[in-house]
Amino acid sequence: MLFKLKVNQRIETVDVSPDTPLLWVLRDVLHLVGTKYGCGMGVCGACTVHLGDQAIRSCSIPVSALGDQPITTIEGLAEAERHPVQLAWESLDVPQCGYCQAGQIMSATALLHHTPHPTVEDIDAAMSGNLCRCGTYTRIREAIQHAAGLGHAAAAHKTAHGA
Amino acid sequence: MRMNRRSFLQLATLAGGGMALRLYHLPALDAQEKLPELTPQAFVHIAPDGTTTIMARASESGQGMRNMLPMLIAEEFDVDWKSVRVQQADLDESRYGRQFSGGSMNTPLGWDPMRRVGAAARQLLIATAAERWNLPASACTTAHGRVLHKASGRSASYGELATDAASRKAPALDSVALKDPGEYRIIGHSTQGVDIPAITTGKPLFGIDVQLPGMLYASIQKAPVFAGTVKSANLDEIRRMPGIRHVFVIEGTIRPSAFTPWEPGMEPGIAIVADTWWQAQTARSQLKVDWDLGPAASQSSEGFRQRAKELLAQPPGNTVRAYGNVESSLHAAAKVVQATYEYPFIAHMTMEAQGATAHWKDGRMEMWSTSTQPENGRELVAQTLGIDKSVITTHMIRSGGSFGRRLQNDYLVEAAWIAKRVDAPVKLLWSREDDISHDGLRPGGTMGLTGGLDAQGRLTHWRQHFITFGENHHLASGGGIGADSYPAGFVPAYAMYTSAQPLMLRTGALRAPGDNAYCWVAQSFLDEMAFASGRDPLEFQLELLGNQRVPWTVGQPDAVGDHEPTGPSVLVPERFKGVLQLVAEKSGWATRKKQPGRGMGIAAWFCHLGYFAEVADVSVDKDNNVTVHNVWAAGDIGSQIINPRAAENMVQGGIMDGMSALGQEITLANGRIEQSNFHNHPILRMRQTPKIEVFWNRTHYAPTGLGEPSLPPVLPAVTNAIFAATGRRVRTLPLQRSGFNWA
Ligand code: FES
Ligand code: FES
Repeated sequence: MLFKLKVNQRIETVDVSPDTPLLWVLRDVLHLVGTKYGCGMGVCGACTVHLGDQAIRSCSIPVSALGDQPITTIEGLAEAERHPVQLAWESLDVPQCGYCQAGQIMSATALLHHTPHPTVEDIDAAMSGNLCRCGTYTRIREAIQHAAGLGHAAAAHKTAHGA
Repeated sequence: MRMNRRSFLQLATLAGGGMALRLYHLPALDAQEKLPELTPQAFVHIAPDGTTTIMARASESGQGMRNMLPMLIAEEFDVDWKSVRVQQADLDESRYGRQFSGGSMNTPLGWDPMRRVGAAARQLLIATAAERWNLPASACTTAHGRVLHKASGRSASYGELATDAASRKAPALDSVALKDPGEYRIIGHSTQGVDIPAITTGKPLFGIDVQLPGMLYASIQKAPVFAGTVKSANLDEIRRMPGIRHVFVIEGTIRPSAFTPWEPGMEPGIAIVADTWWQAQTARSQLKVDWDLGPAASQSSEGFRQRAKELLAQPPGNTVRAYGNVESSLHAAAKVVQATYEYPFIAHMTMEAQGATAHWKDGRMEMWSTSTQPENGRELVAQTLGIDKSVITTHMIRSGGSFGRRLQNDYLVEAAWIAKRVDAPVKLLWSREDDISHDGLRPGGTMGLTGGLDAQGRLTHWRQHFITFGENHHLASGGGIGADSYPAGFVPAYAMYTSAQPLMLRTGALRAPGDNAYCWVAQSFLDEMAFASGRDPLEFQLELLGNQRVPWTVGQPDAVGDHEPTGPSVLVPERFKGVLQLVAEKSGWATRKKQPGRGMGIAAWFCHLGYFAEVADVSVDKDNNVTVHNVWAAGDIGSQIINPRAAENMVQGGIMDGMSALGQEITLANGRIEQSNFHNHPILRMRQTPKIEVFWNRTHYAPTGLGEPSLPPVLPAVTNAIFAATGRRVRTLPLQRSGFNWA
């Protein structure tokens, strides 16, 4: 069945069965492999992308349920320049294996979009759906605070979405 | 580099008759003897513009190997790190030496040879410049990627010299001079992970990301019970489903017994190959298979527990070590304490599930592998498929975590097996559920302990009966124990026994294998003994470490090191004390407050050549929910922390990993693993993350690895803190089985 999606500012048409999760459309049909498979049941956050300006778990939403909201993946987060969250991740050397980090970054950017100056409690609440098997939570927390401090996080986020 | 193999084996030498090597037995090691000497040309490539490409020989799964080993080369080569590009080497042990990552061994095994490779490359360029300038090499020096002759002011960039240098014979690695550590500009200075920009922007990087033209996707359904075989299945129906290209029955030759890693033999199952993985998975959900579950279907956790209880009451099957006549002198102790500790099977749960990509074409096999033991993977593929090793090419791809799981190559063999039957590249991916139910589990265990104190409250006796898995002396992988495991040797009278019960399951090394369980038992029971003696656990342990040691002679390591001592593989009491004292100071141990519901616990361990002591500050609410507020960690991994920022991250990760293990459990019923995903085999989340502070005790020993040693002490540090907070001792893991839960 044909579905029309707006992914990272581009209109894509995909021919898949309606129950195919967005995750596998992104990875195996559109070859946007930055979004990762971790659990397939919405409990690890590795597959986090933005639907509109909300962080969602792409493994748990079938392509037929997406509607016409734009989708942003890790590949689409940085347009001309890196998002402050990506810069913070890089300067604090957050990742270990790195496998969870696309999902972490997508959750963190959504958090800062809605809450530009989060408290530690805000951060913990927003990020606790994202598992990191390597245990980089300490660095992730620091990087989010750092990104918020870099300022203009919300503004830059808007630019990244072209919103 | 003669020392490497020998000292490695010694490290892995545990008592109990050869079972030891099974923790980290490396088939590749035996071949190592025949490998040619490393050359700088294999590792260092210089472009005319001066860009230096350094080959990273070891697999990267988040332990920072793509930085650490190239940093060693770059330091001695004397280039600026910013002019270095790191490239992952393909598998070729004849060129790169051992390409293995495990046991925190890359640092101790790479420290000397990698620096020498860099120094030899530098010397080659100096010799080239000296000849060009008609000067003695000794008159020239280097800085920032240039050869200099200070007296004449002449200089040439490495790039200008590279072509001429490439054809020169490299000096013997043993002959090159190394820098004084005071001159280091890269070692000891944090470098950004070389793949980090690719990670933060979502570039294809991991095993699961490999994409090839015309590639197909595979999924495998295996029996719910280990080594169960296929009797019949609705294969024709599956073949007609959308996107399905092939369906194969894997007969499998694995035996239903305690699995031995590195033995060939596949698990039986049904492989489905489709245009997309989702199609393969969808078809798989419609499979109707009649399985012959085999003998393993009778196994259960309850059965294991019953059998352990029986074995504990019987005379032990095997004496690992005994001295000081424990049995006959225990009655003379002023105080005797007995306890039984029990810990469960747990799974690796790497964030990236297992998988691999392979392509069979024109009689050659090309593989994209996340293995941390790739040469063994190549051998197993050759054996299983009946092809020659020489036709196999292995690309080493970054993985989303290993923690010991990727030492085993089962998924790689499966991918190659499927690829050989298909006219296209194939990516095999396990689902998370596959990953947990076909993991090489950390085996569970039960320990019966008896400790004795003298009238002054000193530890005099330690008797331990370890109930593990296996048959006689052939213990399940990851289920062995070392005869020199602390506090062996330090207690005046000591005995360590094992008894084993049969197991039909895949087990293996999980981060700090053996130590991740045994440290918890030993450091918990030491805390119990300290409490029984009415003394402070730190003081009690420092006193124990001051005892005259009873040497262990069977396989006793000798002094190692040709050029510099690699950290001795036997515990050095001063180093153990050093980290304990440092962590006590940093955590304010001596002045800690004692209040109901909140407490601090201390523990330390030596494993994989590294020393860590950790203190946890924990509160327990009235509903027995446990919160860890602070963890202080003090580590001694020698004279240099090669990449400090990555090192701190690794320690914090090890601590989170150890804390997660306190709440995890794999159980079996009717031979089936009952856990299926992260919701019932949980990993801690950010809101459960304490403040973790890391401190280093620098000593004069050569640097050693960091992947593993930070993990073990946090388990007993937390459970000892729970005792301090509540007066209740956690003797059974996971915490839930002792009446506690994570908040
Ligand atoms: S893969 Fe979607 S939440 Fe885990
Ligand atoms: S960095 Fe490895 S899972 Fe998060």
